[in-house]
Amino acid sequence: MDLTALLECVSTLSCIVTQTTSGMIIGGLLFLVAAGLTLIFGVLGVINFTHGSFYMLGAYFALSLYRASESFTVAIIGAAIGVAIFGILFERFFMRRVYGQDVLMQLLVCYAFVLILDDVVKIVWGPEFHAMGMPDAFQLPPFQVGGGVIPAFYLFLIAAAAVIATALWYILVKTKAGKIVRAAAVNPQMASALGLNTSLIYSAVFALGGALAGTAGALAAPVRSMSPGMGFSILIESFIVTVIGGMGSVSGALVAALLLGLVRAFGTIGFPLFVEGMMFAAMVVILLVKPSGIMGKEGR
Amino acid sequence: MSKQLSTFNKNRRRVLQSAAALGGASVLGFPMISRAQDKPIKIGMGTILSGRVAQLGVSSRNAVLMEVEKFNAAGGLGGRKIEMVIRDSKGKAEESARIARELVTSEGCEILFDCESSAGAFAVQEVARDLGVLCIHNLSETTALSHDPKIRIPNAFRAGRTGLHDSIVGGAYAAAIAKEKGLKDWVTVAPDYAYGRDVTGDFVEYLKRFNPEVKIVSESWPKLFQADYTEVITKILQANPQAMYTCLWGGDLTSFIDQASIYALFVKTQCFAVNMADYTTLSAVKNLPKGIHSGNRYLRTFPKSKANMEWGTAYSQRYKDYPTNWSWEAAVGMQFLTEAIKKTGSTDTKKLSEALRGMKINSPFGTDGTITMRAEDQTIVGYAIGWGTTLPKDPFVPEVQPGDWKKIFELEAEWKKRKGWA
Repeated sequence: MDLTALLECVSTLSCIVTQTTSGMIIGGLLFLVAAGLTLIFGVLGVINFTHGSFYMLGAYFALSLYRASESFTVAIIGAAIGVAIFGILFERFFMRRVYGQDVLMQLLVCYAFVLILDDVVKIVWGPEFHAMGMPDAFQLPPFQVGGGVIPAFYLFLIAAAAVIATALWYILVKTKAGKIVRAAAVNPQMASALGLNTSLIYSAVFALGGALAGTAGALAAPVRSMSPGMGFSILIESFIVTVIGGMGSVSGALVAALLLGLVRAFGTIGFPLFVEGMMFAAMVVILLVKPSGIMGKEGR
Repeated sequence: MSKQLSTFNKNRRRVLQSAAALGGASVLGFPMISRAQDKPIKIGMGTILSGRVAQLGVSSRNAVLMEVEKFNAAGGLGGRKIEMVIRDSKGKAEESARIARELVTSEGCEILFDCESSAGAFAVQEVARDLGVLCIHNLSETTALSHDPKIRIPNAFRAGRTGLHDSIVGGAYAAAIAKEKGLKDWVTVAPDYAYGRDVTGDFVEYLKRFNPEVKIVSESWPKLFQADYTEVITKILQANPQAMYTCLWGGDLTSFIDQASIYALFVKTQCFAVNMADYTTLSAVKNLPKGIHSGNRYLRTFPKSKANMEWGTAYSQRYKDYPTNWSWEAAVGMQFLTEAIKKTGSTDTKKLSEALRGMKINSPFGTDGTITMRAEDQTIVGYAIGWGTTLPKDPFVPEVQPGDWKKIFELEAEWKKRKGWA
């Protein structure tokens, strides 16, 4: 524990700027993965443990597309679309068969796909790690703000996460499609009785969740090395985010992801040996104080 | 005459008995010998073949198979050929222990050939202690594995680097540069497990010993296989150091370098990364900053010998990839093992252990073309060790300053004494 260092940090602008942006970067990527996870849970009531593998697929798709096109834009869009399509197929042919069944059965299907996708990645891209490298557009010196340092790529990453979060909020709250999704989440039987195609809604939700995870994977690809199994650690963190934010709450996921990002960023200065523990401690505290999570609805 | 006849009769009876025995043996005994010759020498190898450090297992396996082929092509042990039984531990220590036990008890392996990271190697050591089977550790560089008498066992040997050796050589190299360039404020970044803690502690000790003006202003201990180092990097930026030491390795190191580069960390801070100079790591970093200092891991050009160049080239030609530090360590382990099998004509643990203690072999990876399995702590010495500065393209580390083994032995003896391990 180094409280002196933490106090020094929070009393200097440069440290606050650097660590806050650091927290936002970590939180931004976490949010993109956790948003899909919580969205799928909110609408379908299924915990998609394959979601970390969606993130992994997004990173690998982006790698291949970037190598083929040398365009990071193509890589991001292609990865999002690719994983969205995979999400639809996964939901249509596998998850649909276990809706309403025992949680263990759902877990089994998801876990089987985690292993299968890890092996597929190993076969297609090889077992060794890969690195995409920084796209030329972002090979710039970092910006200095208030004495703090913010890399150009991370500014883009924070902006991209903010735009996606806003778009997601707009789609879910302000559009007819969002209302349909929310209706299906609250009462699928009634939605179906009113003539809404719930099967299509479920596929669309998986596609959206997949697109979000794929985008996160693509955005992370320039700075994180890729390897089979890389989705597992982010799945755990995303799961913590969904629990803290409230299962099924996208806005809760955003708050929780940023919170965890800041906990990591400042915790590493004050509590360098307890950063991981702090994330779990935060989850325990939230569960004790508000079992439904920060923005979760009681008794859902 | 009768005495001569009696002698003849006796000799005749002996000849007949011998002939009968020979005939019987040819009917019963030789097939048994033949069956024994057919029975392969099964060697169990647990390693990491999936996940972020799958390269560890793949490149070790490649090198081991090259050595095994040589042994088998030369006729093996009286016709008995080595059969490698290789299992994926996925980098989990509990899996390493389970696999090691199963390899011996279920698969019938006579020898354990451990190609795990330190976390797994310590688990395998306990299995070897329990089962009393010969164990060659190849990749774990944690000093305590061989140096701590409480952990060391008579039937386990280390055929890889020892972290302490790298720390002594690295500490001396870094201290000289620190003096020359006035680098006083240092930070350390190391994976939070036995290897990271051990090696960093030793490096800092020798860095300060050779240059007492050095101060460690910040330490970071990210977990092994961490994906995102942003908070670690920003913490380093806050400390504003002149130099940094890291013993991150493989995919972790490439992620760290890539992420730190966009913060321009290497512009102001000299980086000493002991595990950088491995071809696969060097080539994986897309925007490798100039002038990172590193220990030699595997380089075809160090030691500068024909044998080393040929070995590295043969590996690359066969696998269409570069060998790694893990490759040479695993190759040396197999070279020692096959040499001991040939020398003893046996696969018996006691006989092999006895032969391995103090054994000296010719090896492409030795400073003077030889490597010795030091008897006192059953670990290898005399291997090529040095530090140099990296370039972003081939030959990556053009000049390596070799470490002085005499100095290493001297400081190591003192270190052991201090620890109460002498």
